[in-house]
Amino acid sequence: MPKRGAPPEVNAGSMADIAFLLLIFFLVTTTIETDAGLDRMLPPIEPPDTDVIIKQKNIFQVNLNRDGQLLADDELTNIKDLRAKAIAFLDNGGAPSGSADYCSYCKGKRDVSSSDSPAKAIISLKNDRETKYGTYITVQNELVGAYNDLRNREAQRLFKKDFTDMEAEYLNPETPDNVREELKEKVKRIQDLFPQKLSEAETSSN
Amino acid sequence: MSKFNKKKDAALPAVNTASLPDIVFMLLFFFMTVTVMKDSTLKVENVLPNATEIKKLEKKDRVIYIYVGKPTREYEKTYGTESKIQLNDKFADASEVGDYILMERAKKPQELQNVLTTALKVDKEANMGIISDIKQELRKVNALKVNYTTYEGDAFRNLQ
Repeated sequence: MPKRGAPPEVNAGSMADIAFLLLIFFLVTTTIETDAGLDRMLPPIEPPDTDVIIKQKNIFQVNLNRDGQLLADDELTNIKDLRAKAIAFLDNGGAPSGSADYCSYCKGKRDVSSSDSPAKAIISLKNDRETKYGTYITVQNELVGAYNDLRNREAQRLFKKDFTDMEAEYLNPETPDNVREELKEKVKRIQDLFPQKLSEAETSSN
Repeated sequence: MSKFNKKKDAALPAVNTASLPDIVFMLLFFFMTVTVMKDSTLKVENVLPNATEIKKLEKKDRVIYIYVGKPTREYEKTYGTESKIQLNDKFADASEVGDYILMERAKKPQELQNVLTTALKVDKEANMGIISDIKQELRKVNALKVNYTTYEGDAFRNLQ
């Protein structure tokens, strides 16, 4: 009978290395899920010192009632049509050519009875206390979307890039500093073309 | 005879540790799959609305969270079914929001105190009344930067 030794040991020395390798891989690749949402600025509570007179035609009034019905510029509107209406208002550029407010990049109808220029146009959003939050977010989303659509159009024209992509890259903390400096200027320029003037009036309670 | 003597002088055999890494791996995988990172236990229902024009909330250390929604089943008896505000781990009134923001702001390092964002995590069934009260409180303490936290998705699904 041939003599049998103990079964050969499996060399487990490198197992630790493999474990470390995997551990480090997961450590590096895992990102903790980040939240996302609509960024808004609230108006400061102190009223401005000087009363600014705003022409009625430069205000786009959006009213949202308790049943989720929408009144845009005194017309009952479907929420699906709101974006197009807001774009038409913002992009109108009604000021005559040669005047200080003349908007050279606007592609709207240049209706004299609507907004003068994107810089002057203000969207005012009013809602009821009973309005559903979900509906409110949809309206906010459409209004922000209207601004983004216009900004994207201008960014495509000037820089051949979408504004939303540029902004996301600018806000991303992983973007290198020199790229960000460059983007900052471009983002600022587009924002100045279509400044976001979305006022949220205090809610009516009835 | 030598057959029987053999075992006597052999040393105690070493415990085989080759399977130890497997056990460690098993534990590692278990914890990897089970861990969920969250900051506070939710006491309110929190189904966020959908939106498309969203921006990411970078840098978690600059965010203060406020939750709003109906109390969950187990708190329904004590707090009713109306939408409530949850700050940290407890229910609160709208009037307490201001103090909460000031307190949280004081906890942050000096250089971040001016760049804080308030993330409103609101259930889509909540009414705007409570949101307006919160917004009013936020304006009082000058916390003007807000983020309505949403899921990414078609905004028109909120209407159903």
